[in-house]
Amino acid sequence: MLGSNGAGKSTTLGCAQGLLRPESGTVELLGQDPYGDKPDLRSRVGVMLQDGGLPPSMRPIPLLRHVASLYRKPMDIDALIERLDIASFSSRTIRRLSGGQKQRVALAAALAGDPDVVFLDEPSAGLDPQTRQVVFDLILELRDAGKAIILTTHLMDDAQRLSDYVYIIDKGRTVAQGTVAELTAMAAEEQETRPVSFGAAPGLALPDTVPSGLHLSETTAGEYRLDGVRSPDHLQWLTNWWATAGILPTHLSLQARSLEDVFLEIAQKESEDA
Amino acid sequence: MSATTSDQTSNAVSPLKRITLQGKYETIQMLSNGEQLVLAIVMPVIALFALTFTDLLAGVAERTIDAAAPGVLALCVISTAFTGQGIGTGFDRRYGVLRMFSTTPLGKAGLIFGKVIAVLTVLAVQVVLISICALLMGWEPRLVGILPSLVFLLLGAGCFTALGLLIAGTVRPEATLAITNLAWILLAGIGGVLFPTTMAPEWIQLLLNALPSAGLGDSLRAALIDGTFHIPAAIMLVVWTGIASFAAVKLFKWN
Repeated sequence: MLGSNGAGKSTTLGCAQGLLRPESGTVELLGQDPYGDKPDLRSRVGVMLQDGGLPPSMRPIPLLRHVASLYRKPMDIDALIERLDIASFSSRTIRRLSGGQKQRVALAAALAGDPDVVFLDEPSAGLDPQTRQVVFDLILELRDAGKAIILTTHLMDDAQRLSDYVYIIDKGRTVAQGTVAELTAMAAEEQETRPVSFGAAPGLALPDTVPSGLHLSETTAGEYRLDGVRSPDHLQWLTNWWATAGILPTHLSLQARSLEDVFLEIAQKESEDA
Repeated sequence: MSATTSDQTSNAVSPLKRITLQGKYETIQMLSNGEQLVLAIVMPVIALFALTFTDLLAGVAERTIDAAAPGVLALCVISTAFTGQGIGTGFDRRYGVLRMFSTTPLGKAGLIFGKVIAVLTVLAVQVVLISICALLMGWEPRLVGILPSLVFLLLGAGCFTALGLLIAGTVRPEATLAITNLAWILLAGIGGVLFPTTMAPEWIQLLLNALPSAGLGDSLRAALIDGTFHIPAAIMLVVWTGIASFAAVKLFKWN
């Protein structure tokens, strides 16, 4: 579930988890209305709240063992602790942990009961790149093991890397949905121009004159982008420049847009409609 | 990682086991909190000494220790069930801990029962410690009053747990902290806990006798000093428990 801050992701998730009662509509989770005390349903659903909800005076490992003890067949807690490297900070109380460390404990608590359905609210928030990779690998592994994972994020990259299916949410409504490929392809058909991006040596001297309507720039060191490509002639101009300047790009893509482009486009359309 | 559970089966341990585990967890939480221990053990012991070695309770019983011990036991109930439990629950609510546990098989009911078990366990520790202290100081409770006093300790624990939950579930944790601490001092001093309401001016006695704290304090004194069962106090505690529980169920906000 992708959306900017305040789009209604956590509220939607709260309704799906049964923590909030929806003002209208119905919710079904594993065939049941999730609202209220439903121990048997809860035993098959793992939830990671955005604020974590971890007791500040506890140490991580006793807390995880306690949560796991509520389930008949919990996940292998020791393996989970090792996987998320929780032992490295387990002597401290949760109050004294960094944001990323708390995130890892909250994720482990959500997975402790070996749930069939997992809700993760902003799982990558506050994680350093290395830990993020560990968490992402774990999430993808759980998906491959057949678990249903519903996660929210406001980061396109998370959605692109983790999702089979994406819902883009704005002001509490779904404004677009589909696989990442479907969403980006849909946008590509609608668009008149196709940005071309390529990699080459950093700091190339760009041509003095560019055909009208085109814009060539170095976005980051060694990454170039040509905006405004509307016809094959524009591509020919680009390859001509490469030929005369002796440039062989390391990679080249004539992109259907990224999920980020789609998202920004939708957001723009929404604000124009409003 | 282990295999997925098959469809439609529950992966939760039995309700009794969940509640027992949560009770143990909450008890450890309560006993590992320093301020909580001061409130639960140190303050009552100080009260016991102060009341025994002064003449503040002169005339209530033949010896001051016999007059002091029942009130101190009543104070233990309020420390743990009301002030300690209320503050803990208030901050658990603030930090989303109640929400987190309500997403586990424990649920809201399991959380409440867990707290009740913790209150009763800590109270049992307090009662044993205070009784040993008092006995060493020469306390001679009426033996026929012991069973009634246990009944009143339980009634009081239920009543003040409900009141603590009501406050913790409706106001900010900082306000819960202030209210329950202030109430603890006021009830201990003039709410019929440590001093019988009969020591207060006559015009205010009717009001004080309507307080659950007075019901608890006076009933324990009646049981342990005179060996009698204080029926009006029992009714008062049951009524207060009913009102507080009903209000807590209606008004408690989980987040």
